[in-house]
Amino acid sequence: MADVIASANFQISKFSNQIMAWFKRSDKGILTPTEAKREVPDGLWFKSPAGKIVHTRELKNNAYVVPEEDYHVRIGSAEYFEVLFDNNEFTELDANMESGDPLKFVDTKAYPKRIKETQAKTELKDACRSAYGKMNGLDIVVACMDFAFIGGSMGSVVGEKIARAMDHSLKHKKPFLMISRSGGARMMEAGLSLMQMAKTSAKIAQLDQAKVPYISLMTDPTTGGVTASYAMLGDFNIAEPGALIGFAGPRVIRETIGKDLPKGFQSAEFVLDHGFLDFIVDRRSIKSRLTTLLKMLQ
Amino acid sequence: MNLLDFEKPIAELESKLEDMKTLAGDSDKEVQAAVKALEKKILDLKKETFENLTGWQRVQLSRHPDRPYTLDYIYEITTDFIELHGDRNVADDKAMVGGLGTIEGQTFMIIGQQKGRNTKQRQMRNFGMANPEGYRKALRLMKMAEKFNKPIITFIDTPGAFPGLEAEERGQGEAIARNLKEMFMLKVPVICIVIGEGASGGALGIAIGDKVLMLENTWYSVISPESCSSILWRSWDYKEQAAEVLKLTGKDMLSLKLIDGIVKEPLGGAHTNLKWMSQEVKKVIMDNFKELNKLTPEDRISKRIDKFCAMGVVKE
Repeated sequence: MADVIASANFQISKFSNQIMAWFKRSDKGILTPTEAKREVPDGLWFKSPAGKIVHTRELKNNAYVVPEEDYHVRIGSAEYFEVLFDNNEFTELDANMESGDPLKFVDTKAYPKRIKETQAKTELKDACRSAYGKMNGLDIVVACMDFAFIGGSMGSVVGEKIARAMDHSLKHKKPFLMISRSGGARMMEAGLSLMQMAKTSAKIAQLDQAKVPYISLMTDPTTGGVTASYAMLGDFNIAEPGALIGFAGPRVIRETIGKDLPKGFQSAEFVLDHGFLDFIVDRRSIKSRLTTLLKMLQ
Repeated sequence: MNLLDFEKPIAELESKLEDMKTLAGDSDKEVQAAVKALEKKILDLKKETFENLTGWQRVQLSRHPDRPYTLDYIYEITTDFIELHGDRNVADDKAMVGGLGTIEGQTFMIIGQQKGRNTKQRQMRNFGMANPEGYRKALRLMKMAEKFNKPIITFIDTPGAFPGLEAEERGQGEAIARNLKEMFMLKVPVICIVIGEGASGGALGIAIGDKVLMLENTWYSVISPESCSSILWRSWDYKEQAAEVLKLTGKDMLSLKLIDGIVKEPLGGAHTNLKWMSQEVKKVIMDNFKELNKLTPEDRISKRIDKFCAMGVVKE
């Protein structure tokens, strides 16, 4: 009996590990290599995982895609806003929202300390920023996750910012674009994080009823509770090439089935093949593709 | 009998009491007094143990091998029950059960994760870990309930949605996400009760309700204490500590306003008295149903949305 319980417990742990998989740096292979995890190139030169050296100015002018290689560099909200909004002009929503510490969560570090340190390091308030502006002259509201902030984890701030940005969309009948890049729900807010999945889904149900278009762009990686809520609920589910998209992380699945995973498992191309994406879009053409799409809906 | 560590001292005293009763005749006054004293001692010990359970102990109770599962409650509280199978697309997921049941003359759609009692059943039920088909079956049944204007009850008891290769191929994330969205717009009353384990998205996938309740000795959180321990402390040894910091008990979840209420269990836990527990569950269902039934569908939906949208703590 004890064996069976232990085995059941083991299963649970395997399942849950994926939610916070970014804490483990051991997952080479299927995941993007560590050297590619750098969000925005900070020096004058950027070296791609395949070894190509590009000037950062050239990278910037190429929507942060390595020329010829088509490698999509992991970028954050600042870069996406720059790629999408006309002349990089936008109005940010809830720019000062920060995380509380309702659970008094302490593991190896107290949660407020972890937040403060991450804020100092990333110059971000939390793992999501939202804004509205014009995209090729069309009104659009965008919420974008920042992986640099505790693995893009979703806690109260992420959930609330997305919900309020969706409210803005609802109120002004502006299309909504969600850019996901996240390991899943934030463990340090436990049950509160979990309920952000519910909150954002409720808002999407309202967008649905109001017939406001919702586009969900999944970028590398999109996993866990984010996949199991707003990321998969777009009228249009789209992704960047090669992005890892899944519910459970690859390591957890490998441990569950005790076998190696097929090549390309959980890549955007795999997810498209299985019917869960409308299309894959190169970052260099995303602005024009989305503009065409939204114009067709008008 | 399956005993948890903190159940053992009580069980020892109870078997001592049995021995005492069989050895001594009814007439022996001295023994009678000793029996009485022992009975009191047992009750005191039970109270002391069960009124001061730690988070981890509640997690253990929620996984107790003798704990009542979804079908146990369904068989106890319904007069008629017709199980309905399949998602109409891929398969019938045995980790998620559902069907129409009658309680006090009212028909409900009852849905829940189902665990197995022995090795064979556990395999068949996949330890209560549903595949996408399970979530899609649940949604099919909920939509049917809406069509025929029958209220919905869900019983939550899962260590998580199944993290398998085929589950990913068939869109585990999409299946759960869709349920979250669709459940908000259901026109009929929805009552959700965590009867065992409420692990993360796999639990939430059937837990968007007008009333979300937890039995006293259950847990509901974003991750299991074991996994939390292994990730944050890089060791499996901090599960007790993790169970505390995750604030995963009914009491914690209620004080954070993430659930609507707690259902009392008998002293010693739900598994010690299924009949009593089922009556309590039935009463809670009927009380809440009567209250929810007074509202219009539009009111219920907007209250449901407002409730979940108020969850979370931020600083501005």
